[in-house]
Amino acid sequence: MHPHLKPGPLPLSMQLAPDNQLNHFLTVEGLPHQLLHDIMDRAEQFVTLPAKQQKKAPLLRGKTVMNLFFENSTRTRVTFEIAAQRLGADVINLDIRTSSTAKGETLLDTVRNLEAMNADMFVVRHEHAGTAQFIARYAAPHISVLNAGDGRHAHPTQAMLDMFTIRQKKGAFEPLKVAIVGDVLHSRVARSQIHALTTLLTGEVRVIGPKTLIPANIERMGVKVFHDMDEGLRDTDVVIMLRLQRERMAGALLPSEREFAKLYGLNEQRLELTKPDAIVMHPGPINRGVEIDTEVADGVRSVILEQVTNGIAVRMAVMAMIMGGSAA
Amino acid sequence: MKNLIIQQARVLDPHSRTDQIANVYIQDGIIVAIGGQSTTLENFHDAEKVNASGLWLMPGAIDLAAWLREPGLDHKATLASETRAAAASGVTTLCYQPEPATSIDNSAAVNLIRKINQGLQLAKIEVIGNMTFKLEGKRLCNIGGLRRVGCVGVTNAWQPFESLNIMRRAMEYASTHDLTVFMYPLEHGLAAGGVMHEGEVSTRLGLPAIPAAAETVAVAQIIALMELTGSRVHFCRLSAAGSVRLIRQAKRDGLAVTADVAAHQLYLTERNVLDFDPLCHVRPPLRAQADRDALLQGLSDGSIDAICSDHQPHELDAKLAPFQQTEPGISALETLVPLTLRLAEEGVLPLLQALRKITFNPARIIGSPAGCIAIGAPADLVLLKPDVLWDFTLETMLSQGKNTPFAGWSFHGQVQRTFLAGHTVYQAQEAH
Repeated sequence: MHPHLKPGPLPLSMQLAPDNQLNHFLTVEGLPHQLLHDIMDRAEQFVTLPAKQQKKAPLLRGKTVMNLFFENSTRTRVTFEIAAQRLGADVINLDIRTSSTAKGETLLDTVRNLEAMNADMFVVRHEHAGTAQFIARYAAPHISVLNAGDGRHAHPTQAMLDMFTIRQKKGAFEPLKVAIVGDVLHSRVARSQIHALTTLLTGEVRVIGPKTLIPANIERMGVKVFHDMDEGLRDTDVVIMLRLQRERMAGALLPSEREFAKLYGLNEQRLELTKPDAIVMHPGPINRGVEIDTEVADGVRSVILEQVTNGIAVRMAVMAMIMGGSAA
Repeated sequence: MKNLIIQQARVLDPHSRTDQIANVYIQDGIIVAIGGQSTTLENFHDAEKVNASGLWLMPGAIDLAAWLREPGLDHKATLASETRAAAASGVTTLCYQPEPATSIDNSAAVNLIRKINQGLQLAKIEVIGNMTFKLEGKRLCNIGGLRRVGCVGVTNAWQPFESLNIMRRAMEYASTHDLTVFMYPLEHGLAAGGVMHEGEVSTRLGLPAIPAAAETVAVAQIIALMELTGSRVHFCRLSAAGSVRLIRQAKRDGLAVTADVAAHQLYLTERNVLDFDPLCHVRPPLRAQADRDALLQGLSDGSIDAICSDHQPHELDAKLAPFQQTEPGISALETLVPLTLRLAEEGVLPLLQALRKITFNPARIIGSPAGCIAIGAPADLVLLKPDVLWDFTLETMLSQGKNTPFAGWSFHGQVQRTFLAGHTVYQAQEAH
């Protein structure tokens, strides 16, 4: 047995080199406070730098980024693609569901084959938790892995673009009360946001939802749990609405879309409970009229489209920090 | 065969609570006398003498659950590979568990396993048969026939019954034939595709989870059906504190119930899964610290009768995938005796009580005369060197499956020699 192929733990420590340089970006959990700010600082540079100038500093020229999407997501894939291209990398998109794994190839076989095509970075999305960590552990040492969402586990770039948006709007995290609302149980975004918010020493992090959508012992992650939306929204500075998957709207977890919208949907009336300058966020795509009303989604407090724009800058920042060193 | 005297060992017999230096006399594979230096028996003048001074002599371990894979899943393990591992680690009887690919539906399946093992003779294999045809939970197996061919019990393993009515009838029918039913308590509807314990760690990792109640609900149902059917039930692989409470109460109520726990449940918890370690993907899942404490308490107060390995050897690929896609189970045969001895060393259980959980108690559960050092018992015995500290490593393990989270652990007490019906089936190489 090749020692490299021994099954075993997938330690998070592998995402950081001893000097805190990022090797991979798999989860926000365990990353130092300063590093999260470094990512946001770097993203700030990309936001303020005009697009033309960015193209003059192609930090990833000659590098090959492969988007490995085992689960469909055009939007997320496109933002990674744009980020990599702006940095000068060659980007290859692979829709794995329809190719190799359907033919009985193991995930490791797929990884080995793509390695052989001189990839430098894999951007991985997969329906199973821990897949990015698994690939990072077993891929060749020169390959970096960027997690674009694994099961219900983590979606670290989404969380970091949310943090970046909050920082832009609010400055410091310490005085903030942030509420995350909806289907926390199935949400990798919520988990990564919680890790990021607690690492950034946010004053209070709340999760709001019915018991069926709040996972066991989540308070151990450093959040306060609310089942009453009005109570949970009171005096918050940031409201993050989560997407409710269509297939979960009627069944064992929720009686109906209508009841959910009534009890946990964000409308203008409820928004009154938050602080007057509170912002509203949503990772998209939005179910209008379910978790969020159109008036709120398109209202003055909504920063939803800024999140999308920031997504590209944050993904550029993370890619640049992993592959291009820390100098801008 | 030549008569045998094992001389001056520290004889540890959990049944008679013997712990003394003695000679053990073996004739035709049976223990015929146990005595001091002065004991002289007529037929033993030219017997082979084994000087066991400084060593411990214990009954060979009886493992209530080994998934031996052959025939059907030979790429994971074979009877040859696994009985060799058993002999070297002090296990003399293995209870073969049926699984969908290695179904024990009829006497031919039992005889085939016997026939393969007859050519090996490194460990006894007792077979647990199917409760339902192909373990599909739909119609009863020929349980009477399985009984006649010597199955020590029947089970539906981890496969669900189509309905509680089928479960009830299968339990009833097995009890007609005076067979113990080995029940794996799991309410499949509550497990809902989960792969680890529902709690703090599953929430953190975002892995689909199995609540402890998926087990305790099933335990309660089965106890109610025992009362209805009068059947004798052995509960396999308890993992939850609530299950231990229910079994304790059932015993107080006088039901014919026994229970076991897998050795790894006594050392590992959900926290061992924190790094998505597929080697800690087991069924039932590793649970919370409070569950582990309750399992240890259950062993101590007798609610849990036996410790087994729940040995599940796998090929490399079965564990080389993201956690959810890996197959559950640990290649655990070779750590059964070491982990049990360690319970005594750590003061969790007195030595004889710990040994009883892997010898006399499981023997009683399967109706085997082994599991004790007594006159008339088969000479399935193990000599241990108590003070050696040794490392358990992948390189030295003999099972074909190398899927263990215990590689690198150090243990006290190493098997020196294993006897099966008086024959030496394993002998450690002398260190020079």
